[in-house]
Amino acid sequence: MKKQAFYEIKRNQPLARDIFLMTLVGPMNFEPRPGQFINIKIDGFYLRRPISICSFDEDSMDIIYKIAGNGTDALSKMSPGQKLDVLCGLGNGFDLSLAEGRRIVLVGGGVGIPPLYGLGKALKAAGAEFTAVLGWQTHDQAFFIDEFSAICPTRVVTNDGGIGKKGVVTDILREISYDYYFTCGPEPMLKAVYDLGGNGQLSFEARMGCGFGACMGCSRKTLGGGSKRICMQGPVLRSDEVLFSWINLE
Amino acid sequence: MDKLGVTLSGWDLENPIIAASGTFGYGYEFASWYDINILGSISLKGTTREPRFGNPTPRIAECCGGMLNAIGLQSPGVESVISEEIPKLRSVFKKKVIANVAGFSVAEYVQVAALFDAVEEVALLEINVSCPNVESDGRVFGSTPESVALVCREIKKVVKKPVYMKLSPNVANITEIAQAAESAGADGLVLINTLLGMAVDPATGKPIVSTKVAGFSGPAIKPIALRVIYQVYPNVRIPIIGVGGITCADDVIEFISVGATAVQVGSQNLRDPCVGRDIINELPQKMDEYGIETLGGIVGRSHR
Ligand SMILES: Cc1cc2nc3c(=O)[nH]c(=O)nc-3n(C[C@H](O)[C@H](O)[C@H](O)COP(=O)(O)OP(=O)(O)OC[C@H]3O[C@@H](n4cnc5c(N)ncnc54)[C@H](O)[C@@H]3O)c2cc1C
Ligand SMILES: Cc1cc2nc3c(=O)[nH]c(=O)nc-3n(C[C@H](O)[C@H](O)[C@H](O)COP(=O)(O)O)c2cc1C
Ligand code: FES
Repeated sequence: MKKQAFYEIKRNQPLARDIFLMTLVGPMNFEPRPGQFINIKIDGFYLRRPISICSFDEDSMDIIYKIAGNGTDALSKMSPGQKLDVLCGLGNGFDLSLAEGRRIVLVGGGVGIPPLYGLGKALKAAGAEFTAVLGWQTHDQAFFIDEFSAICPTRVVTNDGGIGKKGVVTDILREISYDYYFTCGPEPMLKAVYDLGGNGQLSFEARMGCGFGACMGCSRKTLGGGSKRICMQGPVLRSDEVLFSWINLE
Repeated sequence: MDKLGVTLSGWDLENPIIAASGTFGYGYEFASWYDINILGSISLKGTTREPRFGNPTPRIAECCGGMLNAIGLQSPGVESVISEEIPKLRSVFKKKVIANVAGFSVAEYVQVAALFDAVEEVALLEINVSCPNVESDGRVFGSTPESVALVCREIKKVVKKPVYMKLSPNVANITEIAQAAESAGADGLVLINTLLGMAVDPATGKPIVSTKVAGFSGPAIKPIALRVIYQVYPNVRIPIIGVGGITCADDVIEFISVGATAVQVGSQNLRDPCVGRDIINELPQKMDEYGIETLGGIVGRSHR
């Protein structure tokens, strides 16, 4: 359910280099689902900034974001007690039912990892068994390894080898056996996971004008000739509907 | 005449606030934000004859006081808009709508307009002439008085509903084009469409939007929209719908003062989905504050 509301910042603290954890307190009556995102208005910027919900409870939600430009930089300078105008309940979220009875792996890269944590908590609550494979470019940007380890077997890779294995997430995926994946991260990583084959769900990013289906800014071609609005019919797409080569097909 | 009511070519609107084409989806996307029946009307996303994906992404960039877009007229095609989107909108919106007509040839404009003309829910046809003429020199129809007049005349031959030409501001003399549209039989004008702009990544020097140049909209373009309406108003007799950077009731009063009969709210819907409702709620208070009895009474007062 889509809702617009004001949320009070309860904490806004660094987790790793350029990575922040923010807790927002406010109405949680929008029936949040793992994999959904919020769209945050930041003073001085015309467009809102889409950020995934990491986890939530009855009266608050956590987001984890990276300073990627001026908007997220301004966000990182906000203090507890300040209020944010937020659009909530955006996007479809992950469909857990499709993974029932499967050997599940969660594959996250960088700031694609946060929504997988909320998903992991929901899977655990549902009694599912799953493994997490988390990757970062550099060890100083890693976060939430303990949190994931508390809910599931967790494998870590970094490109610089500073934490975990040196390499990329697909190195680990080749070693383990799974028959369903949930993945979120940079597009090249999503493609690499997809190219290994099998079934799963992939969460995409897109430049967004609105975040709720009004502008068609975020459209992405899908298999079979159609297209989907990543903000409304995504950000999560099933592996049997995604298309990676479409940009080159233009 | 009541306080907020306005009339466009015989069509009575409860208030002058219309959602602008391309910034309001097919309307029903906003029904979860507020009861959209409060709006004067809605202009639907620009529609082409055939289904189109539009431009590659990224299609959106931010800039100071606004945004750039290069959606490239993504459309499911006119038949699907009529058979699927309008019925969906009808379930949440009881008033009549504006159909925004796009085309890459004169024949396409005429066909799309004719199909919408037959739809009961459509009150008015808004012709977006900011499309390239692929059968001629590839320049946008809106760039010359002759091609605007041609599109308008051919559409007027086959439709019964009022035809409003939505003009591009990316021209040397927009008054000349407005007059050409009026002479060709246009029932009204919609001023203005987006300006051509650009955003560049300072780290790489590369344009951010896939099409390099893109349509610039939002609060930053308001002074230009006001200027255009101010210049065109004394030179035509047909009504003007004003659009460009509107975010609040004061903006609406300013647009009507320079010559608009009604207004459209565009980009701000993307930032603040409830802005249409908020403006309508704020408008009567602002009118009282300025001693304005009816909006109809202040159309063009900047010229007096
Ligand atoms: C559905 C979704 C979920 C996301 N979840 C997270 C998350 O949990 N944590 C996190 O750190 N980041 C997340 N992102 C990416 C985040 O939205 C961008 O990093 C952020 O918008 C950058 O804003 P900026 O002003 O700092 O950067 P700038 O580059 O200055 O932003 C300029 C414009 O480009 C847009 N933009 C820039 N980079 C991106 C991007 N990667 N994706 C989409 N829009 C972009 C901005 O929104 C803004 O409109 C998510 C993106 C999407 C689409
Ligand atoms: C994302 C987006 C899509 C648009 N699509 C259309 C369109 O399909 N047809 C059209 O006539 N105008 C379109 N416009 C232009 C708007 O209707 C409006 O004329 C313009 O944005 C200026 O108003 P604003 O500053 O309030 O946004 C679009 C604008 C935006 C931002
Ligand atoms: S961002 Fe506007 S439709 Fe998806």
